[in-house]
Amino acid sequence: MAATPTRLLSSNRAGWAMAAPAVALILLFIIVPFALAFGFSFTNQRLFSPNPTQWVGTANFERLLGVSTLTLEPERDASGAVVLDDDGQPEYPRLRGYTRNNPDYPHLQGKQEWFSFGWGESRVYVLANDVVFMKSLRNTFLFVLVVAPLQGGLALLLAVMINQKLKGINFFRTVYFMPVVVSIVVVSLLWRFIYAGDNGLLNSALSWLTFGAFKPVDWLGNPATALPAIIVMSIWQAVGFHMVIWLAGLQSISPTLYEAANIEGASRWQAFRYVTWPGLRNTAVLVLIVITMQAFALFAQIDVMTKGGPVDSTQTMVFQAVERGYRKQDIAAGSVISVVLFLIVLTISLVQGYLTLEKK
Amino acid sequence: MATVEGKNTSLDRTWRYALLIIGAVIFIFPLLFMVMSSLKPDQQLLSDTGSLRAFLPVGDISFDNYFGAFRRAPVATFIFNSVLVTGVTVVLSLFVCSLAAFAFVFMNWRGRDFVLAVIIATLIVPFETIAIPMLIVVNNLPWLSGDGVTLGWLNTYRVQIVPFVADGLTIFLFVQFFKDLPRELIEACRVEGATWFQIYWRVVMPLSGPVLATGAILKFLAMYNQYLWPLMVTQDEGFRPVMVGLQYFFQLNPVWGELMAYLSVITVPVLAFYLFLQRAFIASIASTGVKG
Repeated sequence: MAATPTRLLSSNRAGWAMAAPAVALILLFIIVPFALAFGFSFTNQRLFSPNPTQWVGTANFERLLGVSTLTLEPERDASGAVVLDDDGQPEYPRLRGYTRNNPDYPHLQGKQEWFSFGWGESRVYVLANDVVFMKSLRNTFLFVLVVAPLQGGLALLLAVMINQKLKGINFFRTVYFMPVVVSIVVVSLLWRFIYAGDNGLLNSALSWLTFGAFKPVDWLGNPATALPAIIVMSIWQAVGFHMVIWLAGLQSISPTLYEAANIEGASRWQAFRYVTWPGLRNTAVLVLIVITMQAFALFAQIDVMTKGGPVDSTQTMVFQAVERGYRKQDIAAGSVISVVLFLIVLTISLVQGYLTLEKK
Repeated sequence: MATVEGKNTSLDRTWRYALLIIGAVIFIFPLLFMVMSSLKPDQQLLSDTGSLRAFLPVGDISFDNYFGAFRRAPVATFIFNSVLVTGVTVVLSLFVCSLAAFAFVFMNWRGRDFVLAVIIATLIVPFETIAIPMLIVVNNLPWLSGDGVTLGWLNTYRVQIVPFVADGLTIFLFVQFFKDLPRELIEACRVEGATWFQIYWRVVMPLSGPVLATGAILKFLAMYNQYLWPLMVTQDEGFRPVMVGLQYFFQLNPVWGELMAYLSVITVPVLAFYLFLQRAFIASIASTGVKG
């Protein structure tokens, strides 16, 4: 008897037939392009090229990821004292002497300075083959590391706020979620008016709040504020989405637990710490994973607001991948970035998956 | 409904409302600015950003910017294209993905678990990372038309629709929903001699209202708001959707009021649709999270 239902439900041909349209489409439009990206990253493929495509091995990856350090001693005069420049800083030999045709430093050929820092008297230079990509890598990680906890935390705060029993709470829930349905492209355009340097809404508001003491800032035109400005806007747009996921988690916690906590005389914070938070663990993992994935794909905001500038302070990996692969039609260069990004995302999801399994 | 209970003194209550209202202002002001600015001539629009007038319909108010926007760009075409592409994709996607999920949950076939695992794994591939090779794929796809077989899908509706019909998230949502339906029901139908497609169409689909709404809303938002892909595949104005149409408002003496009018035209209907169906919207996002 036990075999009957299985036999009834088993149907090789019908099963494949019903899954086939979806499987074929996913194969053609996700898996094939994905495999192509992997393949292209080992070639010199361009969109239009008179020369045949060649296999170049890992050269693209080396060109993208190559990093070296170079420690330089300060220049000394005949007496051995450190030579100081006009600002009183030690002078160091010119980097160019090491990175251009220097037979003693073949591994530095063509590299450029990414950043440097002092180490005792000497100075350590970190040199990269592709400084713009390194900056995009740094910015992308910075964006993810700031946005994931901040957006997740704010979303939880909002979820707790709209989970109160108050008249009209539904109105607030509706409003908080509103930016989620607006395209990020539209949002980015609107926020250009908020961040404008001369008479932007943010500058006006800050100047009003400080009785005119605040000096206007060109938020998107200043390398120090451009990425933070984009972070704030991105959180504004997406936080309602995660608020709703948190809210679903909050509402799945049994009310009897709160009654028990109330009887025990727990404070509001204790109720949150010992009842709400443990009940939200699975939701927390989900929210974190989703935000991380979305944050790594940061593109539209950059494209609309800053194009990676000023001075590369808002370059991101996806923006660079599109810039090189599509706009400069260097498919191999775009694909390499895609593969690196994918490997990073894969690693993170495996680690997150592993950590969640441990807890269960 | 679990709700954090507290002592509801009237002071306490005032504080709570104050917080809630500050939140509401933060979320609403850019959208209010958009609509109000669309009614103003540029000179006033820019000078109003210095005061609260930016959020009020005051001064020289008219719909001139809307007429200007429609003169500047084929706005009606863009809207038609977006609605067509989004609508067709949503319908096809719900059908194809639910059909596949039905096969994954209720039927036994060789390779099923492996195929499902691969589909779920595609969820971690960001679209932007495969956009460029996908461009090469669609550029080499054949299509059968009246003039015989043509090669290349660029500048068509299908290039904006077909690649997005099947996706891991929609299939996953249906799989999660179907798992909770009683298997005995399906088995009983088989015993009665119903075909698989009959069970799918007559039994399972009528029970799937909530998940169909969820899938439709998520797909609708993703498709209507798409930006990178249509930018890449529609050089021909006749096939461009609303987001790509934005470019027209930055060329040749841009008028900010017209940009605001265009943003309002493409955004306000979606917002109205959302306000009308807000329970369904919010429930759909929530349901992606509950199962984890």
